Amino acid sequence: MRKLARFLKSFALLELLRGLAVTGRYFFARKITVRYPEEKTPQSPRFRGLHALRRYPNGEERCVGCKLCEAVCPAMAIQIDVAEGKDGARRTTRHDLDLTKCIFCGFCEEACPVEAIVETRAYEYHGETRGDLYYTKEMLLAHGDRHEAQIAADRAGERGGT
Amino acid sequence: MLEIEIDGRKTSVREGSTVMDAAQQMNVYIPHFCYHKKLSVAANCRMCLVEVEKAPKPIPACATPVTNGMRVFTHSPLALAAQKSVLEFLLINHPLDCPVCDQGGECLLQDIAVGYGEDSGRCREKKREVAPKEAGALISMREMSRCIHCSRCVRFGQEIAGVMELGMTGRGRHAEITTFLGQSVDSELSGNMIDLCPVGALTSKPFRYTARCWELARRQTISPHDSAGANLVAQVKDGKVLRMLPRENEAVNECWITDKDRFSYPALSSPERLARPMLKQGGVWREALWSEALDYVAHGLKSITAEAGGDAAAALAAPHSTTEELFLLKKIFSRLGSRNVDCRLRQQDFSLDGQRAGASWLGMTLSELRHVDSALIAGSFLRKDHPLMAQRLRHAVQKHGAQISVLSVAADDLRIPLFARETVAPSRLVFALAAVLKAVLEEKAIAPQDQEGLAAVTVSGAARKMAESLLKGENAVILLGQAAEQSADFGVMHRLSARLAEASGARLGFLGAAANSVGAELLGFGGEANTDSRQMLVTPRRAYVLFGVEPELDAYDPRLALRALRSANMVALFTSFRHEAAMEYADALLPLAPFTETSGTLINAEGRIQRFSGVAPPLGDARPGWKILSALGSLLGFADCNFEDSAAVWRAAGIVSRGDAPEFAAGLDNGLRAAPVVLRKRASEERGLERVADVPIYFTDPIARRSAPLRQTADAAPPAARMAGATLARLGLQAEDAVRVRQGDGELAGEANLRAVLDARVPEGCVLISAGHAASASLGGMFDPVFVERA
Repeated sequence: MRKLARFLKSFALLELLRGLAVTGRYFFARKITVRYPEEKTPQSPRFRGLHALRRYPNGEERCVGCKLCEAVCPAMAIQIDVAEGKDGARRTTRHDLDLTKCIFCGFCEEACPVEAIVETRAYEYHGETRGDLYYTKEMLLAHGDRHEAQIAADRAGERGGT
Repeated sequence: MLEIEIDGRKTSVREGSTVMDAAQQMNVYIPHFCYHKKLSVAANCRMCLVEVEKAPKPIPACATPVTNGMRVFTHSPLALAAQKSVLEFLLINHPLDCPVCDQGGECLLQDIAVGYGEDSGRCREKKREVAPKEAGALISMREMSRCIHCSRCVRFGQEIAGVMELGMTGRGRHAEITTFLGQSVDSELSGNMIDLCPVGALTSKPFRYTARCWELARRQTISPHDSAGANLVAQVKDGKVLRMLPRENEAVNECWITDKDRFSYPALSSPERLARPMLKQGGVWREALWSEALDYVAHGLKSITAEAGGDAAAALAAPHSTTEELFLLKKIFSRLGSRNVDCRLRQQDFSLDGQRAGASWLGMTLSELRHVDSALIAGSFLRKDHPLMAQRLRHAVQKHGAQISVLSVAADDLRIPLFARETVAPSRLVFALAAVLKAVLEEKAIAPQDQEGLAAVTVSGAARKMAESLLKGENAVILLGQAAEQSADFGVMHRLSARLAEASGARLGFLGAAANSVGAELLGFGGEANTDSRQMLVTPRRAYVLFGVEPELDAYDPRLALRALRSANMVALFTSFRHEAAMEYADALLPLAPFTETSGTLINAEGRIQRFSGVAPPLGDARPGWKILSALGSLLGFADCNFEDSAAVWRAAGIVSRGDAPEFAAGLDNGLRAAPVVLRKRASEERGLERVADVPIYFTDPIARRSAPLRQTADAAPPAARMAGATLARLGLQAEDAVRVRQGDGELAGEANLRAVLDARVPEGCVLISAGHAASASLGGMFDPVFVERA
């Protein structure tokens, strides 16, 4: 009995019309397409883009070389070497990040006890060779310096204004 | 036995056990900081508080003796609350700097804070700050604010190292661990305090900030630095040894290792390492391929032995080489028709070669040293040459009141309360030993037989005391050290001490020259069939193979060694390091993998067979010794010298293990074939002073010599001409004068410009000039006459 009903319905092209109704609704609805790069989608302050290494306002590197980000990284994208710095403090001599390995999980940022490594809102970067996506400590620090205002503002908001 | 119930489980423990002992026996965990199984009980951290039935308050498990029928609760609400509040108190002043702390990841406080701590502190007050301390080149005391005053380091100093080098001043909030005013920590066991420190207050200076514990692979190895054969864990990252730690083995090293074992590793990755074979052609050194270098050595050996017979080639090996390496070296030389192989470079008296009943060994196991009740140590710089054995004897004195007597050539501080001591010039050492024998014979009313010259020996009060102690002891031992082995009268001393052992019922033992001296002897080194090292150098040979030795530093008489090597047609040096001094006399440098990069077997002083594997890949083109020798053997056309792996070499070496205890080698025997003891006074010529030489602890082998941190310690100070005040006065010298020291004459004359130092430990008429150092390598024999004059 049900088989027969389905057979008859297929002659009335009901499914087709129902599908076309969806198309028709979106055809006349307001468009949500973003005209990238002129327009950009809104970003969460927690956006996990390109990494940066931060400094304190006096210019001192935040990173103390505890190696927790290296340890927590599930993709093993971070390589750190540590030595005693000129000021006698524990400092990194190498802080490399292989972006071809990175899966942007944000664990490094979470593990960091001094908010030194952060993921910024930047996602517009590219490499023309594989090596271009191997970021060194200097590149990460420079990136942090460029975006410090934004990074600080995002983190201040996260803490609920305290 | 006492019945105890812990957390509902019953067990019985020995009388006198503490609750902590009982809990450890049952594998019940009680958090603790100050408790350590090898140290005395301090009970000052209070972390091990547990609830005991019918006790009004929680009580510390480590300091509470078990009573019969005791019921203990380690995790009851009361116990947990007590433990948690103790931890909160400990954390009040502990800086939470784990991210920059080297202990992070292997910290007892960190671990216990996870289990017993709150997630945030309640204390808003400022934490206490403690000024950094300076403790020398090995231990960093920069962050003393981290200290929780468990006092393990203080107790270690008092009980294990024998001297309190760290102490606690002040009390309460003002308590601080510090060194004595302006002094560094110089104990040869000091590195163990780093392991003992439960927090990051005492950390390793050479390791500082290099790696995290979770990055390091832990690989097991054996120390080649002294005759104890301490078990080690090498921590490796990216093929590089970054740290050496003790591996617990109650029978060998307990949980301690010496600083030499711990801090030699920087040399393994130093720029001085030799990474490629090198050949000298036309006086110019160039890097070569292995095939070229081995061809050169094989061709040299073949042509020289074909031309002048097997005796024209000689091999001198380091006594810390693995058994496999020594076996192959000996085999190749015997196939070449040469009897010239030896590894006893520092010895000068070989009169007993071929007379020994077996390989000379400790005469007992290392752990038995703890239970001796009387020991006579003759001719040894015990504390520096054998720190782990000294530690065991110290324990015997402290815990069982053992009587340790010492006959020595310099009154060095053993940090052991001694029963009797006599310090004599090296030439008198044999007579001092004879005096003890005479006293024993007199005491037991035995007529001295076939002991020529004993009648003329006068028995001193100290000798009589030593004799009485040996006779009284139920577990007595006579131990001969390196200074005895290196003296001109070693043969007589061995005979005398064998007699002494027989007459007094004591055992006879040898403290052992190096990590594999016993192994070498088991392979037949120093037997009848072989020539000794002195002969090989006195009558120069045409070809020398030097295996891991640096003759100008390792030989008894550097001048003699250098003369022989300079006159040779070919000198091939197997070495781990680019040894600059050898560039002058050697023709080929072959990069030899050190112990971390090879596999092999070492047999320690007690005869324990310890096999180890490589922990890191060989640096550059360096290759394991057994591989190089195996290839050299094949090149020479000896098919039976070619082996696939080091285990096969070991099997071929045919070292037999003891039937009842397969971990020990068979064939150990300190006995001698019967022969009379002939005690003869040496012709007393007025020939200047007598030289006394020790080999400073950090200059005993090529690896330790090149360790940068060890070179900065007090023990690595350059040699000086150390003399007693009377000797200085006789020479008309003042302390700190610059002096010229001369030894030998004619072709073998050597001299060095040193500093005169007033040292009351040196017997009168003697001058102590350490060997094994470049500054004294231009001098002659270690115990030969020496002339000192104002420079």
